[in-house]
Amino acid sequence: MKPAPFEYIIARSLDQALAAKSEYGDEARFLAGGQSLVPTMNFRLSQPAVLIDINPLDELSGVRDGDGIRIGAMTRYRTLERDPVIAATQPIMLDALPHIAHPQIRNRGTLGGNLAHADPASELPAIVLALEGTLKVRSRTNDRSIPAREFFVGALETALRPDEMLVEIVLPHHQSRTGACFMEVARRRGDFAMAGVAAIVTLGDDGLCRYVRLAFCGVADRPWHADDAARSLIGIAATESAFTQAAELAMGAMDPSGNVHASGGYQRHLAGVLTRRALAVAVTRAQQGHSRSSRGH
Amino acid sequence: MDIDQHRISTAVNGARHTKTVESRLLLSDFIRHELLLAGTHVGCEHGVCGACTILFDGLPTRSCLMFAVQADGHEIVTVEGLTSGGDGLNPLQQAMHEKHGLQCGYCTPGILMTMTAFLDANPSPDEAAVREALSGNLCRCTGYQHIVDAVLLAAERMRGARP
Repeated sequence: MKPAPFEYIIARSLDQALAAKSEYGDEARFLAGGQSLVPTMNFRLSQPAVLIDINPLDELSGVRDGDGIRIGAMTRYRTLERDPVIAATQPIMLDALPHIAHPQIRNRGTLGGNLAHADPASELPAIVLALEGTLKVRSRTNDRSIPAREFFVGALETALRPDEMLVEIVLPHHQSRTGACFMEVARRRGDFAMAGVAAIVTLGDDGLCRYVRLAFCGVADRPWHADDAARSLIGIAATESAFTQAAELAMGAMDPSGNVHASGGYQRHLAGVLTRRALAVAVTRAQQGHSRSSRGH
Repeated sequence: MDIDQHRISTAVNGARHTKTVESRLLLSDFIRHELLLAGTHVGCEHGVCGACTILFDGLPTRSCLMFAVQADGHEIVTVEGLTSGGDGLNPLQQAMHEKHGLQCGYCTPGILMTMTAFLDANPSPDEAAVREALSGNLCRCTGYQHIVDAVLLAAERMRGARP
Protein backbone atom coordinates (compact mmCIF):
# COMPACT_ATOMS: atom_id res chain seq x y z
CA MET A 1 0.00 0.00 0.00
CA LYS A 2 2.96 2.31 -0.55
CA PRO A 3 4.01 3.66 -3.95
CA ALA A 4 7.06 2.23 -5.66
CA PRO A 5 10.05 4.57 -5.86
CA PHE A 6 9.99 7.25 -8.54
CA GLU A 7 11.84 10.38 -9.50
CA TYR A 8 9.94 13.57 -8.71
CA ILE A 9 10.32 16.59 -10.96
CA ILE A 10 8.56 19.80 -10.01
CA ALA A 11 7.67 21.83 -13.07
CA ARG A 12 8.47 25.52 -12.72
CA SER A 13 7.37 26.27 -16.28
CA LEU A 14 5.28 24.62 -18.96
CA ASP A 15 8.34 24.39 -21.21
CA GLN A 16 10.24 22.54 -18.50
CA ALA A 17 7.34 20.12 -17.97
CA LEU A 18 7.08 19.40 -21.70
CA ALA A 19 10.83 18.98 -22.03
CA ALA A 20 10.81 16.42 -19.22
CA LYS A 21 7.88 14.54 -20.76
CA SER A 22 9.65 14.57 -24.11
CA GLU A 23 12.73 13.10 -22.46
CA TYR A 24 10.99 10.37 -20.43
CA GLY A 25 7.93 9.62 -22.59
CA ASP A 26 5.75 6.80 -21.27
CA GLU A 27 8.08 6.36 -18.28
CA ALA A 28 6.76 9.64 -16.89
CA ARG A 29 3.31 10.72 -15.76
CA PHE A 30 2.11 14.23 -15.12
CA LEU A 31 0.92 14.73 -11.55
CA ALA A 32 -2.16 16.97 -11.63
CA GLY A 33 -4.69 16.53 -8.80
CA GLY A 34 -3.48 12.99 -8.24
CA GLN A 35 -6.87 11.80 -7.05
CA SER A 36 -6.94 8.92 -9.55
CA LEU A 37 -3.22 8.46 -10.16
CA VAL A 38 -2.03 8.26 -6.55
CA PRO A 39 -4.51 5.52 -5.52
CA THR A 40 -3.26 3.38 -8.41
CA MET A 41 0.32 4.09 -7.30
CA ASN A 42 -0.54 3.18 -3.70
CA PHE A 43 -1.87 -0.15 -4.97
CA ARG A 44 1.16 -0.41 -7.31
CA LEU A 45 -1.19 -0.79 -10.21
CA SER A 46 0.90 1.92 -11.79
CA GLN A 47 4.59 2.46 -11.16
CA PRO A 48 5.74 5.44 -13.18
CA ALA A 49 9.49 5.95 -13.06
CA VAL A 50 9.06 9.71 -13.09
CA LEU A 51 6.34 12.07 -11.85
CA ILE A 52 6.26 15.58 -13.28
CA ASP A 53 4.32 17.75 -10.85
CA ILE A 54 2.46 20.44 -12.80
CA ASN A 55 0.60 21.88 -9.80
CA PRO A 56 2.78 25.02 -9.74
CA LEU A 57 1.75 25.96 -13.31
CA ASP A 58 -0.87 28.61 -12.59
CA GLU A 59 -1.18 29.39 -16.30
CA LEU A 60 -2.94 26.01 -16.73
CA SER A 61 -5.72 26.94 -14.32
CA GLY A 62 -8.85 29.00 -14.76
CA VAL A 63 -11.93 29.56 -16.90
CA ARG A 64 -12.09 32.16 -19.66
CA ASP A 65 -14.97 33.14 -21.90
CA GLY A 66 -13.34 33.85 -25.23
CA ASP A 67 -13.61 31.92 -28.46
CA GLY A 68 -15.75 29.34 -26.64
CA ILE A 69 -15.44 28.54 -22.95
CA ARG A 70 -11.75 27.86 -22.36
CA ILE A 71 -10.89 25.84 -19.27
CA GLY A 72 -7.29 25.31 -18.22
CA ALA A 73 -6.42 21.65 -17.72
CA MET A 74 -5.36 22.21 -14.09
CA THR A 75 -8.68 23.85 -13.14
CA ARG A 76 -9.91 22.00 -10.09
CA TYR A 77 -13.45 20.68 -9.69
CA ARG A 78 -13.86 23.02 -6.72
CA THR A 79 -13.14 26.00 -8.97
CA LEU A 80 -15.55 24.81 -11.65
CA GLU A 81 -18.29 24.37 -9.03
CA ARG A 82 -17.93 28.03 -8.04
CA ASP A 83 -17.06 29.65 -11.36
CA PRO A 84 -19.55 32.27 -12.60
CA VAL A 85 -18.70 31.69 -16.28
CA ILE A 86 -19.40 27.96 -15.93
CA ALA A 87 -22.67 28.68 -14.08
CA ALA A 88 -23.78 31.11 -16.77
CA THR A 89 -22.66 29.23 -19.86
CA GLN A 90 -22.27 25.51 -19.07
CA PRO A 91 -24.54 24.76 -16.12
CA ILE A 92 -24.62 21.09 -17.14
CA MET A 93 -21.27 20.93 -15.35
CA LEU A 94 -23.09 21.81 -12.13
CA ASP A 95 -25.39 18.82 -12.65
CA ALA A 96 -22.37 16.53 -12.74
CA LEU A 97 -19.78 17.96 -10.37
CA PRO A 98 -21.59 17.05 -7.12
CA HIS A 99 -21.55 13.42 -8.27
CA ILE A 100 -17.76 13.37 -8.54
CA ALA A 101 -16.51 11.70 -5.39
CA HIS A 102 -16.60 14.01 -2.35
CA PRO A 103 -15.65 17.58 -1.44
CA GLN A 104 -12.13 16.60 -0.33
CA ILE A 105 -11.47 14.98 -3.70
CA ARG A 106 -13.01 17.91 -5.58
CA ASN A 107 -10.67 20.27 -3.74
CA ARG A 108 -7.73 18.62 -5.55
CA GLY A 109 -8.99 16.85 -8.68
CA THR A 110 -8.69 18.66 -12.01
CA LEU A 111 -10.67 18.65 -15.25
CA GLY A 112 -7.60 17.92 -17.37
CA GLY A 113 -6.47 15.11 -15.09
CA ASN A 114 -9.92 13.60 -15.25
CA LEU A 115 -10.07 13.70 -19.05
CA ALA A 116 -6.52 12.43 -19.51
CA HIS A 117 -7.25 9.58 -17.08
CA ALA A 118 -10.23 8.65 -19.32
CA ASP A 119 -12.14 6.48 -16.91
CA PRO A 120 -15.15 5.25 -18.93
CA ALA A 121 -17.46 5.59 -15.93
CA SER A 122 -16.46 9.18 -15.26
CA GLU A 123 -18.94 12.00 -15.81
CA LEU A 124 -16.92 14.78 -17.40
CA PRO A 125 -15.64 12.84 -20.43
CA ALA A 126 -19.26 12.16 -21.38
CA ILE A 127 -20.16 15.82 -20.90
CA VAL A 128 -17.21 17.10 -22.92
CA LEU A 129 -18.17 14.60 -25.63
CA ALA A 130 -21.82 15.71 -25.60
CA LEU A 131 -20.77 19.37 -25.77
CA GLU A 132 -18.45 18.59 -28.72
CA GLY A 133 -15.51 20.00 -26.84
CA THR A 134 -12.01 20.30 -28.21
CA LEU A 135 -8.93 19.23 -26.29
CA LYS A 136 -5.84 21.35 -26.81
CA VAL A 137 -2.65 19.38 -26.36
CA ARG A 138 0.94 20.47 -26.50
CA SER A 139 4.34 18.85 -26.76
CA ARG A 140 7.79 20.39 -26.69
CA THR A 141 7.65 20.84 -30.45
CA ASN A 142 3.99 20.82 -31.43
CA ASP A 143 0.46 22.07 -30.65
CA ARG A 144 -2.68 20.35 -31.80
CA SER A 145 -6.43 20.22 -31.15
CA ILE A 146 -8.25 16.94 -30.73
CA PRO A 147 -12.06 16.72 -30.93
CA ALA A 148 -13.49 14.93 -27.88
CA ARG A 149 -14.85 12.28 -30.22
CA GLU A 150 -11.30 11.32 -31.19
CA PHE A 151 -9.65 11.87 -27.82
CA PHE A 152 -11.11 8.90 -25.95
CA VAL A 153 -9.93 5.70 -27.59
CA GLY A 154 -10.52 3.07 -24.89
CA ALA A 155 -10.70 2.38 -21.17
CA LEU A 156 -8.08 4.66 -19.61
CA GLU A 157 -6.70 5.31 -23.09
CA THR A 158 -6.57 8.58 -24.98
CA ALA A 159 -5.11 9.93 -28.20
CA LEU A 160 -2.38 11.70 -26.22
CA ARG A 161 1.11 10.82 -27.42
CA PRO A 162 3.85 10.02 -24.90
CA ASP A 163 5.35 13.51 -25.16
CA GLU A 164 2.07 15.46 -25.02
CA MET A 165 0.18 17.27 -22.28
CA LEU A 166 -3.49 18.19 -22.29
CA VAL A 167 -3.34 21.92 -21.60
CA GLU A 168 -6.83 23.32 -22.28
CA ILE A 169 -10.41 22.25 -22.91
CA VAL A 170 -12.54 24.40 -25.20
CA LEU A 171 -16.33 24.08 -25.05
CA PRO A 172 -18.32 25.82 -27.79
CA HIS A 173 -20.95 28.34 -26.77
CA HIS A 174 -24.50 27.03 -26.81
CA GLN A 175 -26.80 28.35 -29.48
CA SER A 176 -29.85 30.19 -28.15
CA ARG A 177 -32.76 28.05 -26.95
CA THR A 178 -30.41 25.29 -25.83
CA GLY A 179 -30.88 23.22 -22.70
CA ALA A 180 -28.51 20.67 -21.25
CA CYS A 181 -28.83 18.14 -18.48
CA PHE A 182 -26.70 15.45 -16.88
CA MET A 183 -28.11 12.64 -14.73
CA GLU A 184 -26.66 9.46 -13.33
CA VAL A 185 -27.43 6.56 -11.02
CA ALA A 186 -24.74 5.26 -8.68
CA ARG A 187 -24.98 2.76 -5.84
CA ARG A 188 -23.97 5.41 -3.35
CA ARG A 189 -23.41 9.14 -3.57
CA GLY A 190 -19.92 9.77 -4.89
CA ASP A 191 -19.42 6.31 -6.36
CA PHE A 192 -18.85 5.81 -10.05
CA ALA A 193 -22.08 5.76 -12.02
CA MET A 194 -23.66 2.50 -13.13
CA ALA A 195 -24.95 4.64 -15.97
CA GLY A 196 -25.11 8.35 -16.68
CA VAL A 197 -26.24 10.52 -19.57
CA ALA A 198 -25.56 14.02 -20.84
CA ALA A 199 -28.34 15.40 -23.04
CA ILE A 200 -28.11 18.62 -25.08
CA VAL A 201 -31.15 19.93 -26.93
CA THR A 202 -31.52 23.05 -29.07
CA LEU A 203 -35.05 24.04 -30.07
CA GLY A 204 -35.85 25.88 -33.27
CA ASP A 205 -38.15 28.90 -33.55
CA ASP A 206 -40.91 26.42 -34.45
CA GLY A 207 -40.39 24.66 -31.12
CA LEU A 208 -39.12 21.49 -32.79
CA CYS A 209 -35.81 19.87 -31.90
CA ARG A 210 -33.10 21.35 -34.08
CA TYR A 211 -29.95 19.90 -32.54
CA VAL A 212 -29.58 17.01 -30.09
CA ARG A 213 -26.58 15.32 -28.54
CA LEU A 214 -26.62 12.32 -26.20
CA ALA A 215 -23.50 10.94 -24.52
CA PHE A 216 -23.23 8.32 -21.81
CA CYS A 217 -20.78 7.30 -19.12
CA GLY A 218 -20.42 3.85 -17.62
CA VAL A 219 -21.93 1.89 -20.51
CA ALA A 220 -18.90 1.28 -22.76
CA ASP A 221 -15.11 1.22 -22.64
CA ARG A 222 -15.11 4.98 -23.23
CA PRO A 223 -17.65 7.81 -23.12
CA TRP A 224 -20.24 6.75 -25.64
CA HIS A 225 -22.40 8.89 -27.93
CA ALA A 226 -25.77 7.76 -29.26
CA ASP A 227 -25.86 9.44 -32.66
CA ASP A 228 -28.86 7.59 -34.09
CA ALA A 229 -30.94 8.24 -30.99
CA ALA A 230 -30.04 11.94 -31.07
CA ARG A 231 -30.75 12.18 -34.80
CA SER A 232 -34.17 10.58 -34.34
CA LEU A 233 -35.34 13.71 -32.54
CA ILE A 234 -34.26 16.25 -35.15
CA GLY A 235 -37.17 18.10 -36.71
CA ILE A 236 -39.82 16.63 -34.47
CA ALA A 237 -41.68 17.87 -31.41
CA ALA A 238 -40.11 17.31 -28.02
CA THR A 239 -42.69 14.94 -26.57
CA GLU A 240 -42.54 12.14 -24.06
CA SER A 241 -43.12 9.57 -26.80
CA ALA A 242 -40.28 11.00 -28.88
CA PHE A 243 -37.98 10.79 -25.85
CA THR A 244 -39.04 7.16 -25.32
CA GLN A 245 -38.27 6.32 -28.91
CA ALA A 246 -34.85 7.97 -28.67
CA ALA A 247 -34.16 6.13 -25.42
CA GLU A 248 -35.04 2.82 -27.06
CA LEU A 249 -32.71 3.56 -29.97
CA ALA A 250 -29.90 4.36 -27.55
CA MET A 251 -30.58 1.22 -25.51
CA GLY A 252 -30.55 -0.91 -28.64
CA ALA A 253 -27.25 0.52 -29.84
CA MET A 254 -25.31 0.25 -26.57
CA ASP A 255 -23.71 -2.90 -25.26
CA PRO A 256 -22.79 -2.34 -21.61
CA SER A 257 -20.64 -5.10 -20.22
CA GLY A 258 -21.95 -5.09 -16.67
CA ASN A 259 -19.77 -4.85 -13.58
CA VAL A 260 -19.75 -5.83 -9.93
CA HIS A 261 -22.57 -3.37 -9.20
CA ALA A 262 -24.92 -3.93 -12.13
CA SER A 263 -25.56 -6.37 -14.94
CA GLY A 264 -25.30 -5.13 -18.49
CA GLY A 265 -29.07 -5.42 -18.81
CA TYR A 266 -29.63 -3.27 -15.73
CA GLN A 267 -27.15 -0.67 -16.99
CA ARG A 268 -29.04 -0.54 -20.28
CA HIS A 269 -32.33 -0.14 -18.42
CA LEU A 270 -30.92 2.71 -16.33
CA ALA A 271 -29.50 4.39 -19.41
CA GLY A 272 -32.91 4.29 -21.06
CA VAL A 273 -34.75 5.76 -18.08
CA LEU A 274 -32.10 8.45 -17.63
CA THR A 275 -32.22 9.33 -21.33
CA ARG A 276 -35.95 10.04 -21.18
CA ARG A 277 -35.64 12.07 -18.00
CA ALA A 278 -32.56 14.04 -19.06
CA LEU A 279 -34.08 14.90 -22.44
CA ALA A 280 -37.22 16.18 -20.71
CA VAL A 281 -35.20 18.39 -18.36
CA ALA A 282 -32.97 19.62 -21.18
CA VAL A 283 -36.02 20.61 -23.23
CA THR A 284 -37.57 22.41 -20.26
CA ARG A 285 -34.36 24.33 -19.78
CA ALA A 286 -34.21 25.15 -23.49
CA GLN A 287 -37.80 26.44 -23.34
CA GLN A 288 -36.85 28.67 -20.46
CA GLY A 289 -34.70 30.39 -23.05
CA HIS A 290 -31.46 30.23 -21.14
CA SER A 291 -29.20 27.43 -20.15
CA ARG A 292 -28.97 28.35 -16.48
CA SER A 293 -31.21 26.18 -14.40
CA SER A 294 -31.56 24.63 -10.99
CA ARG A 295 -29.45 21.60 -10.23
CA GLY A 296 -31.02 18.45 -11.58
CA HIS A 297 -30.56 15.97 -8.77
CA MET B 1 17.94 3.51 -8.58
CA ASP B 2 19.23 6.02 -6.09
CA ILE B 3 16.76 7.12 -3.49
CA ASP B 4 15.12 10.29 -4.84
CA GLN B 5 15.16 12.78 -2.00
CA HIS B 6 14.02 16.35 -1.69
CA ARG B 7 14.40 19.07 0.91
CA ILE B 8 11.04 20.54 1.85
CA SER B 9 9.85 23.27 4.15
CA THR B 10 6.25 23.26 5.27
CA ALA B 11 4.17 24.97 7.96
CA VAL B 12 2.21 22.48 10.06
CA ASN B 13 -0.15 23.84 12.69
CA GLY B 14 1.74 27.10 12.49
CA ALA B 15 5.19 25.60 13.08
CA ARG B 16 7.79 25.53 10.29
CA HIS B 17 9.34 22.13 9.55
CA THR B 18 12.27 21.59 7.21
CA LYS B 19 12.96 17.95 6.36
CA THR B 20 14.47 15.77 3.68
CA VAL B 21 11.90 13.33 2.29
CA GLU B 22 11.89 10.55 -0.26
CA SER B 23 9.67 11.47 -3.20
CA ARG B 24 7.38 8.48 -2.70
CA LEU B 25 6.64 9.30 0.95
CA LEU B 26 2.90 9.95 1.31
CA LEU B 27 1.94 13.16 3.06
CA SER B 28 -0.07 11.10 5.59
CA ASP B 29 3.03 9.07 6.51
CA PHE B 30 5.14 12.23 6.66
CA ILE B 31 2.74 13.76 9.15
CA ARG B 32 2.57 10.62 11.29
CA HIS B 33 6.10 9.24 11.09
CA GLU B 34 8.31 12.25 10.48
CA LEU B 35 6.41 14.90 12.43
CA LEU B 36 5.07 12.41 14.98
CA LEU B 37 1.58 13.89 14.73
CA ALA B 38 -0.34 10.63 15.01
CA GLY B 39 -3.75 12.28 15.24
CA THR B 40 -4.06 12.05 11.47
CA HIS B 41 -5.27 8.50 10.90
CA VAL B 42 -4.67 6.23 7.92
CA GLY B 43 -7.57 4.02 6.94
CA CYS B 44 -7.88 2.88 3.35
CA GLU B 45 -4.88 4.66 1.82
CA HIS B 46 -6.65 5.15 -1.48
CA GLY B 47 -8.80 8.16 -0.88
CA VAL B 48 -12.10 6.53 0.04
CA CYS B 49 -12.43 6.60 3.84
CA GLY B 50 -11.45 10.18 4.73
CA ALA B 51 -9.66 9.30 7.99
CA CYS B 52 -6.47 11.06 6.80
CA THR B 53 -8.22 14.34 5.91
CA ILE B 54 -6.16 17.43 6.72
CA LEU B 55 -6.42 21.07 5.75
CA PHE B 56 -4.03 21.80 2.89
CA ASP B 57 -3.84 25.55 2.36
CA GLY B 58 -7.13 25.70 4.25
CA LEU B 59 -9.02 23.11 2.23
CA PRO B 60 -9.91 19.58 3.37
CA THR B 61 -7.67 17.20 1.46
CA ARG B 62 -6.81 13.51 1.56
CA SER B 63 -3.26 13.35 2.87
CA CYS B 64 -2.91 9.77 1.58
CA LEU B 65 -3.35 11.04 -2.00
CA MET B 66 -0.52 13.55 -1.85
CA PHE B 67 3.20 13.19 -1.53
CA ALA B 68 5.08 14.92 1.25
CA VAL B 69 7.27 16.62 -1.34
CA GLN B 70 4.17 18.43 -2.63
CA ALA B 71 3.77 20.15 0.74
CA ASP B 72 6.89 22.24 0.14
CA GLY B 73 5.92 25.87 0.61
CA HIS B 74 2.37 25.06 1.67
CA GLU B 75 0.42 25.21 4.92
CA ILE B 76 -1.08 22.23 6.69
CA VAL B 77 -3.40 21.97 9.66
CA THR B 78 -3.97 18.64 11.38
CA VAL B 79 -6.30 17.70 14.21
CA GLU B 80 -3.57 18.66 16.67
CA GLY B 81 -3.85 22.22 15.38
CA LEU B 82 -7.54 22.66 16.15
CA THR B 83 -6.96 23.92 19.68
CA SER B 84 -4.33 26.47 20.50
CA GLY B 85 -1.69 24.93 22.73
CA GLY B 86 -3.27 21.51 22.23
CA ASP B 87 -5.36 21.69 25.42
CA GLY B 88 -9.10 21.50 25.84
CA LEU B 89 -11.72 21.08 23.16
CA ASN B 90 -12.91 23.58 20.59
CA PRO B 91 -16.69 24.02 20.10
CA LEU B 92 -16.87 21.34 17.39
CA GLN B 93 -14.89 18.85 19.46
CA GLN B 94 -16.96 19.66 22.55
CA ALA B 95 -20.18 19.06 20.60
CA MET B 96 -18.84 15.75 19.24
CA HIS B 97 -18.10 14.75 22.84
CA GLU B 98 -21.51 15.76 24.18
CA LYS B 99 -23.54 14.30 21.33
CA HIS B 100 -21.61 11.03 21.22
CA GLY B 101 -20.36 11.77 17.72
CA LEU B 102 -17.79 8.99 18.01
CA GLN B 103 -17.36 5.53 19.38
CA CYS B 104 -14.03 4.01 18.34
CA GLY B 105 -12.78 7.42 17.22
CA TYR B 106 -10.77 6.24 14.23
CA CYS B 107 -12.63 8.42 11.74
CA THR B 108 -12.95 11.37 14.10
CA PRO B 109 -9.84 13.42 13.17
CA GLY B 110 -10.78 13.35 9.50
CA ILE B 111 -14.35 14.32 10.29
CA LEU B 112 -13.19 17.19 12.50
CA MET B 113 -10.98 18.56 9.71
CA THR B 114 -13.71 18.24 7.08
CA MET B 115 -16.31 19.84 9.31
CA THR B 116 -14.02 22.62 10.51
CA ALA B 117 -13.71 23.91 6.95
CA PHE B 118 -17.39 23.24 6.29
CA LEU B 119 -18.59 25.28 9.28
CA ASP B 120 -16.18 28.04 8.37
CA ALA B 121 -17.83 28.35 4.94
CA ASN B 122 -21.37 27.48 6.12
CA PRO B 123 -22.12 28.95 9.55
CA SER B 124 -25.84 28.09 9.35
CA PRO B 125 -26.11 24.70 7.67
CA ASP B 126 -29.21 22.54 7.54
CA GLU B 127 -29.09 18.82 8.15
CA ALA B 128 -28.99 17.93 4.45
CA ALA B 129 -25.95 20.15 3.89
CA VAL B 130 -24.18 18.57 6.86
CA ARG B 131 -24.84 15.09 5.51
CA GLU B 132 -23.60 16.06 2.05
CA ALA B 133 -20.43 17.52 3.56
CA LEU B 134 -19.95 14.34 5.60
CA SER B 135 -20.28 12.10 2.56
CA GLY B 136 -16.54 11.80 2.09
CA ASN B 137 -15.84 10.49 5.58
CA LEU B 138 -16.73 6.93 6.48
CA CYS B 139 -17.78 6.07 10.04
CA ARG B 140 -18.55 2.45 10.83
CA CYS B 141 -19.71 2.99 14.43
CA THR B 142 -22.18 5.82 14.77
CA GLY B 143 -24.51 5.56 11.79
CA TYR B 144 -23.69 9.28 11.37
CA GLN B 145 -26.77 10.60 13.20
CA HIS B 146 -24.82 11.62 16.28
CA ILE B 147 -22.15 13.27 14.14
CA VAL B 148 -24.82 15.29 12.33
CA ASP B 149 -26.33 16.28 15.69
CA ALA B 150 -22.91 17.37 16.92
CA VAL B 151 -22.13 19.48 13.87
CA LEU B 152 -25.50 21.23 14.08
CA LEU B 153 -24.98 21.90 17.79
CA ALA B 154 -21.48 23.24 17.12
CA ALA B 155 -22.81 25.51 14.38
CA GLU B 156 -25.45 26.91 16.74
CA ARG B 157 -22.93 27.60 19.50
CA MET B 158 -20.37 29.09 17.12
CA ARG B 159 -23.01 31.45 15.71
CA GLY B 160 -23.89 32.51 19.25
CA ALA B 161 -20.25 33.17 20.07
CA ARG B 162 -19.78 35.47 17.11
CA PRO B 163 -19.57 39.19 17.81
